[in-house]
Amino acid sequence: MQTAITNPILRSFSNTLYRKNNWFLLLLLTPPLLWFGVVYLGSLFALLWQSFYTFDDFSMAVTNELTLGNYRLLFDSTNLDIIMRTLSMAVAVTLACACIGFPIAYYMTRYGSAREKGFFYIALMLPMWASYIVKTYAWTIILSQQGILYWLFNHLGLTGALNAALQLPVIGGNTLATSNLGRFIVFTYIWLPFMILPIQAALERVPTNLLQASSDLGAKPAQTFRKVLLPLVIPGVVAGSIFTFSLTLGDYIIPQLIGPSGLYIGTMVYTMQGSIGNMPLAAAFTVVPIVLIFIYLALAKRAGAFDAL
Amino acid sequence: MIIAVEFTHVSRHYGNVKAVDDVSICIAEGEFFSMLGPSGSGKTTCLRLIAGFEQPTSGSIQIFGQEAAGAPPYEREVNTVFQDYALFPHMNVLDNVAYGLSVKGIAKHACITRAEEALNMVALAEYSKRKPSELSGGQRQRVALARALVNKPRVLLLDEPLGALDLKLREQMQHELKTLHKQLGITFIYVTHDQTEALSMSDRVAVFNKGRIEQVDSPRNLYRQPKTSFVADFVGTSNVINSELALQITANHQPFSIRPEHIFFDNGAKHPNTFAVNGTVVDLQYQGANNKITFDAGTQKISFVVSSADYNEAELPKIGNYLIVRWLKSNMVMLENKSKSI
Amino acid sequence: MHSKDNNPPIWLKTVAYGGLVFLHFPIVFILINAFVAHDGNTTYFTLKWFNAAFARDDVMSAITLSLKVATVATLLALIMGTMAAAALYRRNFFGKNAITTLLILPIALPGIITGIALLSAMSLLNIELGFWTIVVSHATFCVVMIYNNVVARFRRMPHSLVEASMDLGADGFTTFKRIILPQLATALLAGGLLAFALSFDELIVTIFTAGHEVTLPIWLLNQLARPRDAAITNVVAMMVMLITALPIIAAYYLTRGTETIAGSSK
Repeated sequence: MQTAITNPILRSFSNTLYRKNNWFLLLLLTPPLLWFGVVYLGSLFALLWQSFYTFDDFSMAVTNELTLGNYRLLFDSTNLDIIMRTLSMAVAVTLACACIGFPIAYYMTRYGSAREKGFFYIALMLPMWASYIVKTYAWTIILSQQGILYWLFNHLGLTGALNAALQLPVIGGNTLATSNLGRFIVFTYIWLPFMILPIQAALERVPTNLLQASSDLGAKPAQTFRKVLLPLVIPGVVAGSIFTFSLTLGDYIIPQLIGPSGLYIGTMVYTMQGSIGNMPLAAAFTVVPIVLIFIYLALAKRAGAFDAL
Repeated sequence: MIIAVEFTHVSRHYGNVKAVDDVSICIAEGEFFSMLGPSGSGKTTCLRLIAGFEQPTSGSIQIFGQEAAGAPPYEREVNTVFQDYALFPHMNVLDNVAYGLSVKGIAKHACITRAEEALNMVALAEYSKRKPSELSGGQRQRVALARALVNKPRVLLLDEPLGALDLKLREQMQHELKTLHKQLGITFIYVTHDQTEALSMSDRVAVFNKGRIEQVDSPRNLYRQPKTSFVADFVGTSNVINSELALQITANHQPFSIRPEHIFFDNGAKHPNTFAVNGTVVDLQYQGANNKITFDAGTQKISFVVSSADYNEAELPKIGNYLIVRWLKSNMVMLENKSKSI
Repeated sequence: MHSKDNNPPIWLKTVAYGGLVFLHFPIVFILINAFVAHDGNTTYFTLKWFNAAFARDDVMSAITLSLKVATVATLLALIMGTMAAAALYRRNFFGKNAITTLLILPIALPGIITGIALLSAMSLLNIELGFWTIVVSHATFCVVMIYNNVVARFRRMPHSLVEASMDLGADGFTTFKRIILPQLATALLAGGLLAFALSFDELIVTIFTAGHEVTLPIWLLNQLARPRDAAITNVVAMMVMLITALPIIAAYYLTRGTETIAGSSK
């Protein structure tokens, strides 16, 4: 046959790879597998392993004596408080994101023209990808007492109402920036796009003729929505909520910058690892969000969230 | 005779699935050879084995006397026209056609000259700067053909190349392919599930079923002397009479097939060398030039056709009518007793 | 499921556009702040903060570091993501699902876990934290961006194109260079841009793996403790926003409408 343009050594290499298809596969997979299997998984296991190490409170030193003590410590009332505090915020943020996100996604897919859809898509992508720290920074200024929100409430004559809201237990605080309400707003803001886009994708996959079939069979719009559309879109909502839930559980920047004092899982891990050097307890704490996410997934599955898939 | 492609006991298994199961064929140089069969019958896998996209699990494949098993596609003197044409979407028509020459290290101007010649051959010279997405289905098909032929392969493989075209275009392309085949004198191996296509174009046809070859023969022989009930049924339409009914009709257990067009009404006259069968009409279909009549002969249904030119509507039997039909013994095709059912 | 047969209820339209306003208002706020100066009681438009920001060495070195990290991490991710996509898109084999899950894990798990896990492994191995540890941590979560884009493109590319190329005499390398790579080009570019943007403003993981290095997001975080420096912070915040927004928009246009007809009329 004619001469090949690849040099002969490479050519015979190509032939070998062609004949030994599995070698080729292995060759392609080796670098990513080494990276992820060894570097990344290895790190995760190293972390898990360290959660069984012992931290000596007096000498502030870690010894590699294995113990379950760190996990026992998680159920300590202070630590349980931290977990519950984080968990309730994650649940509240997830619910808020779902309630705000669904109508936006629904409007965009069902009523948006092609142009409007494209506009919405970019308008959602931009804040989603915009720098996390910049957005958080913006909110610290917006929520501050010299900030635009206070100014707005003042001009609308609603300062009284705002202060009354801040008097409320649980959500209240001295100012917006140091209240749970403020923290909740920022969390909801930051993770909202992560909820909208999966719902939008799920809505987009529902064929229009299913909805037409439903109304053709005599269902009122509300019935069609509840009995046909919603079950098909729930997996999208669950996918979105996994983002909002897990991102809130693991965050340690926003709880430091906005809202009242009192540790979150993220800040606890950060403090334990950084200032105190108690890596074993920090490692044990990182297991908490993973367990919570798995519980959440199991509950969602049990509730039939994935039946329509 | 020079043998272009020879399969000796070739099998290709995927796990437990025998896509190709112990196939032996011999294809002569210059032949127009078709592989006919329903989808999943192994015909496309056979073609891919020749092209080198698949390797046989066992057996030997020789291309012009050289063992091909193990050789990658780029080291075989065969070229393929793909079912989806597989034109490179990022190249224009000319670059697509020149690709095969260019990757073999042929100088650029020579590539272009030869590619232009090939495009001339398929009457697409003025489209050379277009992208494949700007062509119609028929035009893409011709580009695919030119792209394969420009390499001057000794064997051209065609994988259901006309499947995506509409009927009129398909008939025109069949004619053009046949003309090209005569003109070039190379071996064409043509995979199709369309029996009329296979019959009208080929020198010989191999009928595939479940990974095996049922029969290899000329189109005429396939139609007139199908060896198995599968072939009788798949090639054209046929009434395959099983041994139970055969015993009633011929006093012999051996199953046979009889074509619908060979059955005629019994007119009461004496007919030497015929067999007769009776039954009740269960269906009548007007098909334009013909009328198709189906009747129940007791243990199975038999269909036959009569020309609309010979019988007007009033002369045809009605559903529920009793009728007697006959056929010449010479038109019957005796089938192998053990023959596989479909 | 788009339909135009009826008009949206007013409340729905209001909620949808209200949501967009909510999402953009802090961003617009930052953009405006970067151009505003207060002088006594007057507020005016100015570009002076830009000059001030560019004159600062700490700002410039943070920007340079972040650009360098994002570039190297993106390149590494491009190589590994493409390899993984090429290996996984067509064939089914034991453990394939486990591998795809593994690739997604770094962005599916909370960032703090990835960060602290890498940190603990690095300290166990006595690796000094710095530029390369940041790159390693960023590449880890960037791979999936490339992988997703490339695997989607691979799936849309009919395998017959590869077969056709080999049938016409091109070996594996030539086929990769002349057929596969051009088909993947926009997917690689889009994935690369997303990975770059992701790396450029990553903070959660970076804090753990940066050691004493200061990337741009870390610089911004530190600035929060210096309210008197707010004017410079605003300018830098705006620049970070632009440097991430432009790749995102570019990636969107690159991947939109790429359902090219790959030689098929079906």
